[in-house]
Amino acid sequence: MPLRHPWRWVATVVVLVLAAMLVHSLVTDATYGWGVVGQYMLSGPILRGLLLTLELTGAAMAIGIALGVTLAILRLSPNPLLSGASWLYIWFFRGTPVLVQIVFWYNISALYPHVGIGIPFGPVLVHGSANSIVSSLVAAILGLGLNEAAYYAEIVRAGILSVDTGQTEAAQSLGMPRVVIMRKVVLPQAMRVIVPPTGNETISMLKTSSLASAAAVAELFYSAQLIYARNYETIPLLVVASLWYLALTTLLTIGQHYIERYYARGSVPSVPPRTFPELLLRSLGRPGARRREVPS
Amino acid sequence: MRATAPMLLAQGVHKRFGALEVLRGIDLEVAPREVMCLLGPSGSGKSTFLRCVNHLEQVDSGRLYVDGVLVGYEERGDRLHELHEREVCRRRAEIGMVFQRFNLFPHMTALENVAAAPVLVKKEPRAVAVERAARLLDRVGLLARSDAYPSQLSGGQQQRVAIARALAMQPKLMLFDEPTSALDPELVGEVLDAMRGLAEDGMTMVVVTHEIGFAREVGDALVFMDGGRVVESGVPRDVIAHPSQERTRAFLSKVL
Ligand SMILES: Nc1ncnc2c1ncn2[C@@H]1O[C@H](COP(=O)(O)OP(=O)(O)OP(=O)(O)O)[C@@H](O)[C@H]1O
Ligand SMILES: [Mg+2]
Repeated sequence: MPLRHPWRWVATVVVLVLAAMLVHSLVTDATYGWGVVGQYMLSGPILRGLLLTLELTGAAMAIGIALGVTLAILRLSPNPLLSGASWLYIWFFRGTPVLVQIVFWYNISALYPHVGIGIPFGPVLVHGSANSIVSSLVAAILGLGLNEAAYYAEIVRAGILSVDTGQTEAAQSLGMPRVVIMRKVVLPQAMRVIVPPTGNETISMLKTSSLASAAAVAELFYSAQLIYARNYETIPLLVVASLWYLALTTLLTIGQHYIERYYARGSVPSVPPRTFPELLLRSLGRPGARRREVPS
Repeated sequence: MRATAPMLLAQGVHKRFGALEVLRGIDLEVAPREVMCLLGPSGSGKSTFLRCVNHLEQVDSGRLYVDGVLVGYEERGDRLHELHEREVCRRRAEIGMVFQRFNLFPHMTALENVAAAPVLVKKEPRAVAVERAARLLDRVGLLARSDAYPSQLSGGQQQRVAIARALAMQPKLMLFDEPTSALDPELVGEVLDAMRGLAEDGMTMVVVTHEIGFAREVGDALVFMDGGRVVESGVPRDVIAHPSQERTRAFLSKVL
């Protein structure tokens, strides 16, 4: 009897063989050093790096969102000076690499302790006083946050433009001033368009924050680097960092699902599950994993 | 001379979009408690005129007075100066508007739609606004659907909520721009009934509509517009039965 889908079988066999090889290498290959991974997974420097990664992500996203919303509103302002300034900002910060921006801020901020206290330039700063550590953290936050604002502004602008102009007109006809219309009518509706990419940006920021290592901020990646620079267990420590990044992005993805559902209220089709964890949540049939709006 | 000052007075209103002259000198008057129906073919400038009345569009020349006051402007010498936003909003709040496509706020329930503007614009206490909102929803027969979102309501129900929302600001004048044109035929009646009730309570209304029956029964005056001008006006029954202008006759023969 001939097979129904011969190529599908071939593909399945290939995938299974590759997976088996991967698992085999993961389990037996000494370079992964699972013992070392286990040893460092919950170690002090790694956990402190993890905390710093979370703080960096939170602070950079806070700046990015607050400034991004402001830039988007300015960009849509009828005043050409304001919209032009916003355009210029977005043009500049989107047009240069974020790594360059972080290093730029790092070198600017490195001037301050020098001027104030007289600490010399160079890598010595890493081990230096509290002042220099704060300033490198500030450099990383500024670099990441100001860059994020440029991207976030475009997301917010798209969200605002997605709201029907009839909404603004109805609000105007009720006597609402521009600021109130933006806050109470337009932005809440724009949220449906803004929230999904915000989740993606946050997840992306979690990983991009590893660039702060260029400013000698001991976040997760740099902490791992510092350890393997001493003990040469490079691969195991990169595995440690990757596992933590994966765990955090997974958590964020699940959180994103719930936030999206909140902002979809009032619309008939509920947000379809888009990612694997969301599908998983749904198939597990967790109470409230998916709410259906029933017209009463 | 009339006994009362007009609620709406338009004098030589001109409006153009680029090269397109949409309003070419509109003169009309609506007395308090009067219902004026505005008829005309598509593109004749009916919507544009209504939008000029509450300053959603700026006029190029002419004057629009609501209850004796210019809506978006202040007259100094014989030039018009655009008012400060706060003042424009204050004057707009006295004019209710109902749109063809309802334009309810989809992220708010019916009750919140109606209560929002009094709280946000007039800084009314929430309890007062909610109480009035409930009363207005009751008046349009939708108290039971207070907690429904617009997407859970039929078109006719949405339009009745939109009417209640406009009334919540206690306007002096209500503008309706083809309020039943987007509705399935069986839903038109419920909206027209709500408007008829409003007219009987003495609301001053300007209604753009193709519902000739409504114009004849509820309207106190009928204005026929074409090409940005008022072609003919008078008592609805007379204009509809004996139009004096050829263009009016041609239009009516198509709508009736
Ligand atoms: N914002 C605008 N910019 C450019 N042209 C416009 C604008 N608004 C309306 N117009 C044009 O002005 C003319 C009159 O439009 P208006 O909407 O006032 O007509 P109307 O009488 O309400 O027609 P309808 O019965 O189709 O609603 C149309 O030709 C329209 O294309
Ligand atoms: Mg129109």
